[in-house]
Amino acid sequence: MKPSSVEVTGVVKETARVTTLYFDKNFSFNPGQFAMIWVRGVDEVPMALSSRNSITIERVGDATEHLSELATGDSLGVRAPLGNGFSPCTSGNLLMVGGGVGSVPLAPLAELASQRGLRVTTLIGARSREELLFRDRFECVSDVKISTDDGTIGYHGFVTDLFKQEELDRFNRIYVCGPELMMATCLNVLREECLVSHSEFSLNRYFKCGIGTCGSCCIDPEGLRVCRDGPVFNGDRLVESEFGLYKRDEYGIKTRI
Amino acid sequence: MLSVEITGIRLENPLILAAGILGSTGASLGRVARAGAGAVVTKSLGVVPRPGYRNPCIVQLDHGFINAVGLQNPSYKHFMDEIEIARKVGISSNFKESGGFPDIRSGTPIMASIFGGTPEEFEEIVTAMSGHVNGFELNLSCPHAEGYGAEIGGDTMIVEDVTRAVKNVTDLPLWVKLTPNVRDITTIGLAAQKGGADAVVAINTLRAMAIDVESGHPILSNRFGGLSGAPIKPVAVKAVYDLYKTLDIPIIGVGGISSWEDAVEMMMAGASAVEIGSAVYTGLELFEEICDGISKYLERKNMGLDEIVGIAHRKGGTGKR
Repeated sequence: MKPSSVEVTGVVKETARVTTLYFDKNFSFNPGQFAMIWVRGVDEVPMALSSRNSITIERVGDATEHLSELATGDSLGVRAPLGNGFSPCTSGNLLMVGGGVGSVPLAPLAELASQRGLRVTTLIGARSREELLFRDRFECVSDVKISTDDGTIGYHGFVTDLFKQEELDRFNRIYVCGPELMMATCLNVLREECLVSHSEFSLNRYFKCGIGTCGSCCIDPEGLRVCRDGPVFNGDRLVESEFGLYKRDEYGIKTRI
Repeated sequence: MLSVEITGIRLENPLILAAGILGSTGASLGRVARAGAGAVVTKSLGVVPRPGYRNPCIVQLDHGFINAVGLQNPSYKHFMDEIEIARKVGISSNFKESGGFPDIRSGTPIMASIFGGTPEEFEEIVTAMSGHVNGFELNLSCPHAEGYGAEIGGDTMIVEDVTRAVKNVTDLPLWVKLTPNVRDITTIGLAAQKGGADAVVAINTLRAMAIDVESGHPILSNRFGGLSGAPIKPVAVKAVYDLYKTLDIPIIGVGGISSWEDAVEMMMAGASAVEIGSAVYTGLELFEEICDGISKYLERKNMGLDEIVGIAHRKGGTGKR
């Protein structure tokens, strides 16, 4: 698909560094699928869809800096939905674990699961109370447990500590999205408890084409394309992979996570 | 039945993964090899790491793509590791259990696509990589990188010089990939042949661009790029046809092949083997499907693969009244 032009209809400052942009177009999507967002004349970057007509951006580089400055009436190019998204679970108990902006694709997933009558527990982690993302959205549809690095709200520590405290085998499906080291910690815990196949992780790699042709985002050793075969992978596929260890930068050179 | 030998390299089938598609990592090359490609070509490698152009670097059309990735690559030095990974994982799906690296001569052949701005740059890469790959494909045809690719590949003297320089420093097979963005591709093909190329690969992408009508912005960050996929197939068939008439060395056909019929057509024009690029977008099953289709066709016609190569040159009229 070519980029589709959308107009910004609303801007919500979620935290000091995180902004949600609402569009005048709806994209039919599975939670976990992403959009390639083209800031014309600047760059095109992958972003998780936070709802069918919004993206939620953390300010980290040129493109996100521009995106954070947009106002109602501005326009963007959007290619969406791309990638596979989380696999739907139709029954039982679900656990969602989000760290930082990793909560973005989990919010619509929790909402969808709740609509379908599933019981959802959410663990959300942030640096501080001010940086906590989508607390309201999650609280409407799930049992929420919070952790902050500075202890300003909830458990004082990492979301992975909350994760370790859960009785993980009572969940039919576990969805994880956040910084890679956080996700890798979760994967290790799940391995120890032999629950890896019940888990799904949403990965982040450097994307060029976004549609699975260039190969820039492939992960070792299977050569799975994060943009096309992912970005969501079952934990099984990530065991003994590069996940949590290294990735490739914009040159294609390996760098440690 | 489908195995072919081209420039001394034995391929299990004539379908080769084209440069620039899924060739950025060793694991990805290995995956394509496991999916049934007869050989794989790496993403083009240069002497220093390049980040390529900013995104968007690709425009997806209804049938085909326009891309300007901008020779993104980690440099040939960093890619040596990737080739080791490709060797390891390209052999079997049980690579997680298999230990050690297989011999270079076993498994799916890996061709290194390389680019440079001067003959010396090409020599440096080829000298360093010669023990690691099965052959080289010179990228003298990328249509959108200043000082590289088609900017030098449209000049017959440079093509001949670069080809000869590379040939002087390696015994491995040398393929030269040609740009169609010239007045007469056969003059470039002849220059490669004169320089000592073992085969030519035709064609690279056609210069193209796309503009976003809502905003007037060229979509690609580089403004223009190269067109690939179904729209260029007839152009590629004609280029291969002309090259077959003119050259003595084998031709590898590439451009818009997405079915067994396309592959057969390209071979009938004169290609000894074909490369597949854009169509891999639809799925890696493509390699097996095309092989299967060609096998059934040959069976139905009771012909061997070598018999269809260039058959179109022995058929058809002159058009004259």
